Amino acid sequence: MTFPMILTQALNGFQLGVLIFLMAAGLTLVFGIMDFVNLAHGSLYMMGAYFAASLWNVTESFWIAAAGAIAGGFILGVVVQQIALKTLFDRDHLDQVLATFGLILFFNELTRMIWGPSPYFMGLPEGLSGAIEFFGITYPVYRLLIIGVGLTVAFVAWIVIQKTRVGMLIRAGASIGWMLGALGVNVKLMKTLLFGVGAALAALAGLMAAPILSVQSGMGEPILILTLVTIVIGGIGSIRGAFLGALIVGIVDTLGRTMLPLILRQFLDRSIANAAGPALASMLIYFLMAGVLAVKPKGLFPVKNG
Amino acid sequence: MLAFAILIILSSVPVVSTLMGQPFYMTFFLRIMIYALAALSLNLILGYGGLVGFGHALYIGIGAYSVGILVSLGVTNGWIHLSAAVIFSLAVALFTGAISLRVTGIPFIMITLAFAQMFFFLAISLRQFGGDEGMTIPVLSNFGLVDLGRKSVFYYAVFSILLFYLYCSWRLINSRFGMVLRGSKGNDRRMNALGFPTFRYRLAAYSISAVMCSLAGVLLANLTGFASPDYMAWSLSGELIVMVVLGGIGTLMGPVVGAMALMLLEEALSLCTDHRMIVLGPMIVFTAIIAKRGIVGLFATSEGERR
Repeated sequence: MTFPMILTQALNGFQLGVLIFLMAAGLTLVFGIMDFVNLAHGSLYMMGAYFAASLWNVTESFWIAAAGAIAGGFILGVVVQQIALKTLFDRDHLDQVLATFGLILFFNELTRMIWGPSPYFMGLPEGLSGAIEFFGITYPVYRLLIIGVGLTVAFVAWIVIQKTRVGMLIRAGASIGWMLGALGVNVKLMKTLLFGVGAALAALAGLMAAPILSVQSGMGEPILILTLVTIVIGGIGSIRGAFLGALIVGIVDTLGRTMLPLILRQFLDRSIANAAGPALASMLIYFLMAGVLAVKPKGLFPVKNG
Repeated sequence: MLAFAILIILSSVPVVSTLMGQPFYMTFFLRIMIYALAALSLNLILGYGGLVGFGHALYIGIGAYSVGILVSLGVTNGWIHLSAAVIFSLAVALFTGAISLRVTGIPFIMITLAFAQMFFFLAISLRQFGGDEGMTIPVLSNFGLVDLGRKSVFYYAVFSILLFYLYCSWRLINSRFGMVLRGSKGNDRRMNALGFPTFRYRLAAYSISAVMCSLAGVLLANLTGFASPDYMAWSLSGELIVMVVLGGIGTLMGPVVGAMALMLLEEALSLCTDHRMIVLGPMIVFTAIIAKRGIVGLFATSEGERR
């Protein structure tokens, strides 16, 4: 295990981490502020990826694809919420789980109907498809762009939530929503917009992932599970928790997959290590989650309520 | 009334399907009953305990893999398969339950889902046992006199287990244990104040439910001759929840009715279209929005039947 290899894997982990963060930022606010279980968040990610890939294949312009995917995600989020989910905001979690589960099935089938069952691909413009060299490694420019976009979103989210009036309302809503309503804030509108922004962020994550993954039906669920683990680790409703949790999950998962089999080989027979390594590596983040919960049931960075 | 109608229909399926010369129906209803067993066990924690477990397919998977792995190692005795499924699912339920029951509400849903995914990925990475393609099970579990190779014997064995599960569920929810469980669903704080350590009751209910569900996995593996990671996929966990809610959550017969309704619906839709989820998905959303008591609720006439 050499330094360049570790650096490459660490960057890959970082890049996965910021993708998860883009998902988790919206979802954790929906969980925390609306007390709403949105399992269909992965579907919004998937739709974002499909929107982006389709627009790219038609226009060959990354920026049009990006704008279309984000706008499409926002509109889709608001529409889905108005049609299907609005009536479920005050209901118990079971109904919400059920409804959003139905939506996942619907969207997965919808993409199969429109785009076909085989994977769909999105290319990159020339400026983004190269690689650059630093510290002895060659790393794709586009993956660095993903990291940059993720960090920018995290920074903007931090500024908005900590320093602006809107952010103050969001934080207040996360603590005691009905009190905010009693003080004359249009909580309903706030929730609608928040849901839309969360959907747009999910679509942004889908857009960023589209050129490096194959765009296909059901692609939203693996990242949804990672996002849920992240939110549990970071603490529900906390953007800071979502950010740090996402980086932890991304890096632990990526490094675990490459390094754990190598480490096991030091102690165990090669054939056993080869069999146990990938199995253990894929379970690593769940052990991490279990460990965090055993010590801190509210997550590592819980929202402080009063 | 509905309960009796359903049970009579289920008990007469083998006769009718043999008379019609359509053995497919017997296999199909066998599947329905096996999923009904899983849904019944989920209903214990979901309906009576108020615990939204979104990872119950995990225990179906454990049951199926108990059969698959043991058969591939040369052990065909069904009782050993059954014991392995019970022991392993109990161990997993105690471990995951002890952690996930520390929280309630949204975190509980997410954690049960995450643990199920953990074992899903474990099953995928077990390359010597089929990996992501799953493993075929060439030999059925050998239960001595009860020969699962004969479909009608298999059918009535599962039917008896279904009756047994219904009886057990009925006894359990009306026992002191069940009262505490239902009480903690209603108001956990008050139950604690009354001196009931509800965490233990919940963990016990969760474990019982898991063990019951693993038996469904053993049966499913014997029916399909196959064990694969798909048996613990999150989508199956979701379908189990749909069955419970569609049939009538917290009712005795609800899960059986729900399993039957959902699978008949899926079958009917797949005859009409290649894209059945485009109809079924919105129907599930619709069920979540309007259905308070499920199908059983529609038929219930008196307060007594509704329970």
